[in-house]
Amino acid sequence: MVTTVPPRPQPGRKEPPPGLAARLDALGRAAFPGCATAILMVLAAAPVGLPPAVAAITLPAVFFWSVFRPGAMAPPVVFALGLLLDLLTLAPLGSGIVALLLVHGCALRWRRFIARQSFLTVWLIFCAFALGAASLLWALHALLSLSAPPFAPVLDMSLLAAGLYPAMAHLMTRAHEAMRHGETTP
Amino acid sequence: MIRLSIPLRQALARLTLPIMIALAFGTMLLGKADALLAERLRASLADALAPIYAALAEPVQAVRHAVDEVRALATMREENARLREENDRLRRWHAAALALEAENAMLQRQLNFVPDAAPAFTTAKVVADGGGTYARAVLLATGPRHPVRKGQVALDERGFVGRVTEVGARSARVLLATDMNSRVPVTLEGSRARAIMAGTNNARPRLTHWPEGVIPQDGERVVTSAEAGAFPAGLPVGVVRINPTGGAEVELFAQLDRLDLVRLFDYGLRGILPPESVARPEPRTPRR
Repeated sequence: MVTTVPPRPQPGRKEPPPGLAARLDALGRAAFPGCATAILMVLAAAPVGLPPAVAAITLPAVFFWSVFRPGAMAPPVVFALGLLLDLLTLAPLGSGIVALLLVHGCALRWRRFIARQSFLTVWLIFCAFALGAASLLWALHALLSLSAPPFAPVLDMSLLAAGLYPAMAHLMTRAHEAMRHGETTP
Repeated sequence: MIRLSIPLRQALARLTLPIMIALAFGTMLLGKADALLAERLRASLADALAPIYAALAEPVQAVRHAVDEVRALATMREENARLREENDRLRRWHAAALALEAENAMLQRQLNFVPDAAPAFTTAKVVADGGGTYARAVLLATGPRHPVRKGQVALDERGFVGRVTEVGARSARVLLATDMNSRVPVTLEGSRARAIMAGTNNARPRLTHWPEGVIPQDGERVVTSAEAGAFPAGLPVGVVRINPTGGAEVELFAQLDRLDLVRLFDYGLRGILPPESVARPEPRTPRR
């Protein structure tokens, strides 16, 4: 929130109402993280013979945007992404939503601490997040099916997410910088 | 947009996350309670995404083809070497085969060898089981122009079925190998021993009269033998099965319980024919 506040206008002068282009611009910036994540998820779920990496793509995106641009990754957006995740991965309905919302909540809670760390530390923190989310997913699956599913798939998922994080974070950082640049320069 | 006071808006913003988590648990319960709901949602999502994936499939396919092409190019060199080597080997075999063929032709010329004529056969439809004199026999529908003759050998697509015993104007009766009256001279393929396959009215005919010192082995193939001039040698009949009491039986290749079409082969053999054939010489005049 700190980074997204535009500079205050000079006192004494009424701020001009934002034009259509500016409003579209703001809307695009607000919608970009959620939409980009959703599109990535849909592409990752495409049946092209790649390993199923939908959850591993969703986790870094939700974590990154929750930490660095929470205004664009609001709880309803996370809810929608979780629902999409559950529908794309044939997981029990609701488990992905809960896991993503908890990741979002924790990241939001500690974002002031996380955002100040170096990239490597953030990555390590994300690894812990991914492992936690995987354990939570596994526990929810076990609870919903009343049997113990194998832990290996969710562990693979968390490792894949941890491995994908640097590349995705690089791209998302560039997008974030570009958006911030667009917001601060009038 | 509804204007709200700042504290209220902050409180709402703080409340969204818990509300959403509660909603998520609600979704979980809903999905558990109504399993069809998730399925229907998934189906509609898949419907919506299908065009995207279809459009995506084209470039992916192109990339995959390109990768395959590159891989094929990489392996082409060793493939080439392998093929050349194989070609050399095959050429040698080809030469050997030509030489053997020539030698074979020469030897046949010297022996005045007459090759087997390909047997002529007609196909007839099975219209009824049983009836008549025999317990295990089938009735064939034959057209008036079918050259059906007593003593013809009936085979289905797998093996020996039986022998034509009665011929009418539009029908013929085939005595199956399982009938009590059926005796078929056979050869055990492993030991080349002769035996008689005698029907018992059960699914598996018995093997009898095999020579001393030969014991039919379980799983041994049984083919017809040309003994007595009733059958040609070498028609597939079945395999030997030893039953729990130690008797040797033949499991027929032919599926006698579901016969629909049989082929009637005329090998021109008149070794043993039913007695009427003495009274009615061949070719038989149609019965009216």
